[in-house]
Amino acid sequence: MTELTTLTLAKARDGIKNKEFTSQELTKAHLKNIDDANEALNAFVHLSADKTLEMAKASDEKIAKGEGGPLEGIPLGIKDLFCTKDVRTTASSHILENFVPTYESTVTKNLWDAGAVLLGKLNNDEFAMGSSNESSAFGPCVNPWRRKLDDGSEDETPLVPGGSSGGSSSAVAADLCMAATATDTGGSIRQPAAFTGTVGLKPTYGRCSRLGIVAFASSLDQAGPITKTVRDAAIMLQVMASHDPLDTTSVDIDVPDYEKILGAPIKKGITIGIPKEYRVDGMPQEIEALWEEGIDWLKSAGAHIKEISLPHTKYALPAYYIIAPAEASSNLARYDGVRYGKRVPGDNIIEMYNNTRAEGFGAEVKRRILIGTYVLSAGYYDAYYNKAQKVRTLIKQDFDRVFEDIDMVLTPTTPGPAFGIGEVSGDPVQMYLNDIFTVTVNMAGLPGISVPTGMSSEGTPLGLQLIGKPFDEASLLQVAHLMEEAAGDLPKASKWWATK
Amino acid sequence: MKVDQATVHHIARLARIKVSDEDAKNLEKELSSILTWIEQLSEVDTEAVSPMTSAVKTNMKQREDMVTAGGYPRDIVKNAPVSEDDFFMVPKVVE
Repeated sequence: MTELTTLTLAKARDGIKNKEFTSQELTKAHLKNIDDANEALNAFVHLSADKTLEMAKASDEKIAKGEGGPLEGIPLGIKDLFCTKDVRTTASSHILENFVPTYESTVTKNLWDAGAVLLGKLNNDEFAMGSSNESSAFGPCVNPWRRKLDDGSEDETPLVPGGSSGGSSSAVAADLCMAATATDTGGSIRQPAAFTGTVGLKPTYGRCSRLGIVAFASSLDQAGPITKTVRDAAIMLQVMASHDPLDTTSVDIDVPDYEKILGAPIKKGITIGIPKEYRVDGMPQEIEALWEEGIDWLKSAGAHIKEISLPHTKYALPAYYIIAPAEASSNLARYDGVRYGKRVPGDNIIEMYNNTRAEGFGAEVKRRILIGTYVLSAGYYDAYYNKAQKVRTLIKQDFDRVFEDIDMVLTPTTPGPAFGIGEVSGDPVQMYLNDIFTVTVNMAGLPGISVPTGMSSEGTPLGLQLIGKPFDEASLLQVAHLMEEAAGDLPKASKWWATK
Repeated sequence: MKVDQATVHHIARLARIKVSDEDAKNLEKELSSILTWIEQLSEVDTEAVSPMTSAVKTNMKQREDMVTAGGYPRDIVKNAPVSEDDFFMVPKVVE
């Protein structure tokens, strides 16, 4: 039998349906891979082995009866930010280390209803705050990719898988799950996808329900998939997206058949915008070259290329670092030692709060709560929060204006390839700059997708990002699919952990 | 914008996070560096701009004003560190 874990989700789905193999075989093959790799990668933070095998068995019974949903028997990894009923959900934070939800997030419920199998919960930056997965209370997650040395051998320096959805990107790239859920507040799906050679899709704000996803910055958070291919992303989004009356920001709009649209011809005369502001100072030559290559592919496919201007681009990141911490400081106020898991005693209730939060939150989360508290505090609201929301309007207007003439925007996903664990520490602002190309998309509520299209001079993956009009994920997936085909077969990570 | 250690302690008190003097020293530096960096927003003319209120234009949804869930206090307190008779328990706050 071919190695089941190297199949794409689409192929595995067809294989199960055609009874070439069972969900239990597929699931056990993944559990074995996790067993081999997880010590080295730290991608899964907890497994649900008994429940996993029960779900796989139930899927096989359905398939035997000729029943089953669109994801029947497909084993998935779930970012530990999605509440899973009776399965520990921690947001990779000590403050939630004992939290066992009594309800299911809408996105994961959609997946189980479609027949998917839960393998376990995936590592992430604590409360999804970070770009490297180094701020997790469970320790950093490791990228399956390593840098190549001049003699062709591998440098053993562990690289970050990106963040915050680092467990999701690492697990998908290492064949530990068929696909993973992730969330994106400033780039947390697309940047890790770019760092690991996977596809990361951040849908339009409101496309997926936020119910049961641990909240970071509510006006920016959105769930989406990290997958091996664009087709797999289409299949996953199809199931994850839904209108949810329990999330008032979820939008009541049809979810098209994304996989079917992938095969349809792309709209004639499609126009792709290239924003001049994204040619930032000091951009590495290889990123520039990757971008040019993407432009060439789209040109040869008959697309029109147009230079555009998004003048407020450079202000997106500083505005984000007002809005996201402000919303986080408010959302995280609920972790007070009363309702969830951890409590650290004190002489009175205020000291109990102070001690619980001091011990329960890690350094980056505290930093952001404090920044958020400061910008919302008396006398500063107008100067910071209100100012940032006005800048956000300008960023949105930049996109509204260019979308009158173009269909989507093409940019690099990240300013560089994956960096080493510990290499970008010390100055928080340096870490924040990782999201320079992705954060505008969240600020404007737009859909974005990162597609792996090439390799860095270090032998690690690089990605290009497409940004679409609101709710036009379908066109985004079509063009992403085209770029994926143009890029051809890219290398896979070497699975160095297996030789140990 | 620079913050001093007294300000760090003040914000930490508002945020209900205990911060030691040692932590405050580091936070003074880190928060000042972040706040100085975001100061570049002052270059942007926002005189005639309204603050953004929603990322995607939608109409405010309405629903029937009726009870749709509830009656499961045990689920609500299940994750509380201390609870009694389906109530959350906290240290004494009133003498």
